[in-house]
Amino acid sequence: MPFMAVNDFFSILPAAVIALFGCALLLMRFEGGRVYPMFVVVGEVLAGVGLWRQADYVGLVGFQGSILVDRFGIFFNSVCLAAAVMAAIGAYRYLKGKDEDHPEFYALILFAQSGMYLMVSGTELMTVFIGLEITAISFYALTGFLRVEARSNEAALKYLLLGAFSSALLLYGFSVLYGLTGSTRYLTITSMLANRLPNDPLILLAIVPIVLGLLFKVAAAPLHMWAPDAYEGAPTPVTAYLATASKVAAFGLLMRLLLGPLHEFRPSWEAIVGVAAIASLTIGNVAAITQSSARRMLAYSSVGHAGYILLGLVAGNQAGIEAMLVYLLVYTLMTTGAFLVLAAMEREGVDDFRGMLYTHPGAAMLMIVFLVSLAGLPPTAGFMAKYTIFLALIEARQHWYAIVGALYVAVSLYYYFRMVREMTRTPEDGAVGVEMSTGWRAAVGTAAILTLGLGLNPEPVFAWARSALK
Amino acid sequence: MSLAPVGTGHYLVLSAALLAIGCAGLLLRRNVIVILMSIELMLNAVNINLVAFSGHWRHVTGQVFAIFVITVAVAEAAVGLGILIALFRNRGTVLADEIDLLKW
Repeated sequence: MPFMAVNDFFSILPAAVIALFGCALLLMRFEGGRVYPMFVVVGEVLAGVGLWRQADYVGLVGFQGSILVDRFGIFFNSVCLAAAVMAAIGAYRYLKGKDEDHPEFYALILFAQSGMYLMVSGTELMTVFIGLEITAISFYALTGFLRVEARSNEAALKYLLLGAFSSALLLYGFSVLYGLTGSTRYLTITSMLANRLPNDPLILLAIVPIVLGLLFKVAAAPLHMWAPDAYEGAPTPVTAYLATASKVAAFGLLMRLLLGPLHEFRPSWEAIVGVAAIASLTIGNVAAITQSSARRMLAYSSVGHAGYILLGLVAGNQAGIEAMLVYLLVYTLMTTGAFLVLAAMEREGVDDFRGMLYTHPGAAMLMIVFLVSLAGLPPTAGFMAKYTIFLALIEARQHWYAIVGALYVAVSLYYYFRMVREMTRTPEDGAVGVEMSTGWRAAVGTAAILTLGLGLNPEPVFAWARSALK
Repeated sequence: MSLAPVGTGHYLVLSAALLAIGCAGLLLRRNVIVILMSIELMLNAVNINLVAFSGHWRHVTGQVFAIFVITVAVAEAAVGLGILIALFRNRGTVLADEIDLLKW
């Protein structure tokens, strides 16, 4: 059936383009290395065109129900694509400084992204598992990319051991789900599970490992232990990518499963998600206070942000799910931006920001925009994202969750503004150097403008998120 | 004297036991190579599950899934050992409690 083959191919077109560009990168060897990020951008633009074209073919099913083209997937893939572009552009100077500017780095970024495509567009257990593993294995290698640095090795090893453990757990849940339904396709699973009670203990045997495994991947407490270590030891552009894109893709998979085949079993997973959300808020925000490394501080804060995003799932209504999408997009912009500012700096302690507003006003201003947005203050997009989450919680009559979430915003103000305060102090001798390439300026500048602009006029994001859920 | 036939339930008990042993090994052992072996054990628990269910439903989906899992497990072990070799070159140890540069 040749027509089928066209459908199949079109359903994975963006991932195929990205993976092919990744393979081509592996064969390259250029002096200077500036070609690699440019090549990545070309591939991403083509993949973006593919995603954009897919919007006209919503509902297309590829590979007998394994891949679904829909606006939800397009939304998540676009966010991952933005993160990959920024990471690749931001990595150029960083890798050059470390004398590690190999094409494999950029290839791995692309391979990870093709895995993310399968994670969020896959509607079949095998497909999403393969996607998850492509992403994870690429990230293990990226985290340990600085071979001669023991910290990078150590971060990669810790990430790999805990990541493989969580994959095994998730897979065990998948196998039970397959055993209960006799199918790996979401649609068949949904119809086979329809006649089971919402609190069936056998379903629990599938749901608990699946939800725990995915909470691991989004770095929600108490399963976040790998995140601070991996974020701190990895090359900084990888941290920017890991903290955003891999989290976004894992959330995409989590939402597709929990709001799809497992939606009727909400009583079974609601408690786990609620506890994880509150634990993430607490551990993320409290542990961030005492950190002296800016990267570790942002790592803990990203655990806290996972908590806020999970609150949208706790609310569970239309507004809550919409708020999750908005939050994920905003989170990606501000977190990638903040980590890329760190990537441009020589040293990454909180103290090293001292006097930066006088020595490097441009970079300092960008960082302040991201920090204000991360803290959730108006007029930035971070405020809009948090506000919609709280609004959804109140609409769903989950007042306590909203109150706890709002309290932790106050806690987070302290540690974000510790950095801002350092920046405004008088500079000392040996102030930190900041190296910015043209591409870096463009990428981080765009992220900052969007962070501010979407705070002033959030309507386009909301409209996009709403259409993604139709 | 004949034994009762082996059914799907027996396989599930075996796989649950393997999963538990794998979890225990992951948490209790300090040699990273043994921890990697424990993770393989957990993945094999999943494989037993998948193949048993495949027999139960009388189609091959589960067996295909198991082959994918085996492939992925190999890739993961390869990357894991590669990272471990890089770490051993820099630090000269494969014991989990001596790998402690990143801590708060």
